[in-house]
Amino acid sequence: MAITAELKNVTKRYADKTVLENLNLQIQDGEILALLGPNGSGKTTILKILALIENPTGGELKIMGETVTAKNAEKMRLLTSLVFQKTTVFTTSVYNNVAYGLKIRKFPRELLDSEVKKALKLVKLDGFENRPARKLSGGEQQRVAIARALVLKTKLLLLDEPTANLDPSNAVVLEEVIATVNRELRTTIVMATHNMFQAKVLPNRIALINEGRITEIGAPPEVFSKLSKSLVSFAAMDNTYKGKAHASGEGTTIVEVGNGVRVEITGQHEGDVSIFVNPQDIIVSRSTVESSARNVFKGIVTEIADLGSLVRLRIDIGRLFTVQITKRSFDKMGFNLGAEVFIAFKASSVLVV
Amino acid sequence: MVDIIGGILKALQLIVTGDPTLYGIVYRSLLFSGVAIVLAALWGTPIAMLLSLREFRGKSLVKAFFNSLIGIPTVVLGLVLYLILSNGGPLGFLGLLYTPGAIILGEAILVTPILVSITYSAIEAVDPEIMNLAKTLGANESQASIAVLKEAINGVILSNIASFNRAVAELGVALLVGGNIAGLTDVLTTAISRYTARGELDLAIALGIILMVIVFLINAIVIMARKARWLLTIWRRSPSWIEPSP
Repeated sequence: MAITAELKNVTKRYADKTVLENLNLQIQDGEILALLGPNGSGKTTILKILALIENPTGGELKIMGETVTAKNAEKMRLLTSLVFQKTTVFTTSVYNNVAYGLKIRKFPRELLDSEVKKALKLVKLDGFENRPARKLSGGEQQRVAIARALVLKTKLLLLDEPTANLDPSNAVVLEEVIATVNRELRTTIVMATHNMFQAKVLPNRIALINEGRITEIGAPPEVFSKLSKSLVSFAAMDNTYKGKAHASGEGTTIVEVGNGVRVEITGQHEGDVSIFVNPQDIIVSRSTVESSARNVFKGIVTEIADLGSLVRLRIDIGRLFTVQITKRSFDKMGFNLGAEVFIAFKASSVLVV
Repeated sequence: MVDIIGGILKALQLIVTGDPTLYGIVYRSLLFSGVAIVLAALWGTPIAMLLSLREFRGKSLVKAFFNSLIGIPTVVLGLVLYLILSNGGPLGFLGLLYTPGAIILGEAILVTPILVSITYSAIEAVDPEIMNLAKTLGANESQASIAVLKEAINGVILSNIASFNRAVAELGVALLVGGNIAGLTDVLTTAISRYTARGELDLAIALGIILMVIVFLINAIVIMARKARWLLTIWRRSPSWIEPSP
């Protein structure tokens, strides 16, 4: 299988911090590779090096078989595009945003309109051409950013946490787009994520990144089967817990994750397991709500972080849970630090890894 | 008192009848200041881009230098330039003294600190990721810098307008290196001082009124341009109720 890009013994150091250490990674033609790891593990740095906007301190980078040097970097940069986690748009219309890279590439003017239209259609933003990009919602801006990268049809597409700051409906649109582009255009995609659900479904391969090293790499089932072992190093990852499982006999399993927190999950499991709960699948409320959710816990809000259209809360129920809710519901509920709240999630929202 | 009222009436008459002496002065003022701003922008914008987008030793010193020169007294700058451009000075051989070229050069130098300072502040206020964003879309260094400059366009326009205001209203440089030669190097401010000194108050008042009108007009244009942008945004956002539906 041909190699689209390759990092050989790549090291990246900032003034006093080593972010990547002798990293070796081959990106295969036409694959979706997910970089999975906690915040600060080096995922973004790998993407920035692949996008040629960050120079490695040591090592070699090859794209399409050619070694990147200071001389050819500007030319090689045309082979990749990167979508940032934090969406940035140019202060101009959606059309001009999407057309920017094509204009840089001196794309024939008469074909520009139709290419931009096609890209906007793909992210379900048809008809948005003349809108000022800055006035769009966070989710829509992120879709503009994706369209702006897709329209270039680069061999290598790099996505940094493409759905992290999106509400679920926008996230679904994006996941579809990623799959479509990979299937139909054979675009090679490298995406950083810390959403385990996404990592299990979308990619052909997963690379587990921790402290600037790749700890595991392979097909998702293969990596997930080994994940329990290397999970210790993933303690920093949101909503990932190690615990002891006991089958309950009703087709579900109880996992004790410590401090008296017992999480109910679907399926029969015994012994040591690791579980992950998607922050977007957790419901927060002021009082206990009658629902079908099997897991309901009382806790205290210990952190509130503004992510644009979403708000991330950390809730201590004995173990720390991360929850993502939309800004609108956050404003409506009026949570504050130290507030007593209830969290609830379904047994089927828990992933056993 | 009668003198003043009479002067104002005569001034208005000169303005309305299109007095050639008066409008010659206005024309030169606008032309010299306009060309000076173009010159200052040509060298000042790249300096501002360097100061905001590149890291180098002594950068804060350079910034402090430009900042401190914003308020330089025009007479002092005029004197320095006079010494440089006069026959005995290092650039005397150019023969620029008492020519329009000297005024243009002097005003361009005068406004460079304002232009540089406002422009680099505007560029620094741009989201630092814009540079990287442009690069990930294929831009080279200079294309990416231009993308950043475009984001700062409001500030860049403001810097040019503020510079023009300063240039058109300054007296010291135009007087000392231009020589205030009637019909050749006299501009609004120097002509006002000359006609006032000579007691030809009607011309002085007329010129004063025009100078004020120019300064007000520039500010009005800026405000209107902002409004127009806003209207344009509204129009773009809701094309359905402005454009006739098919």
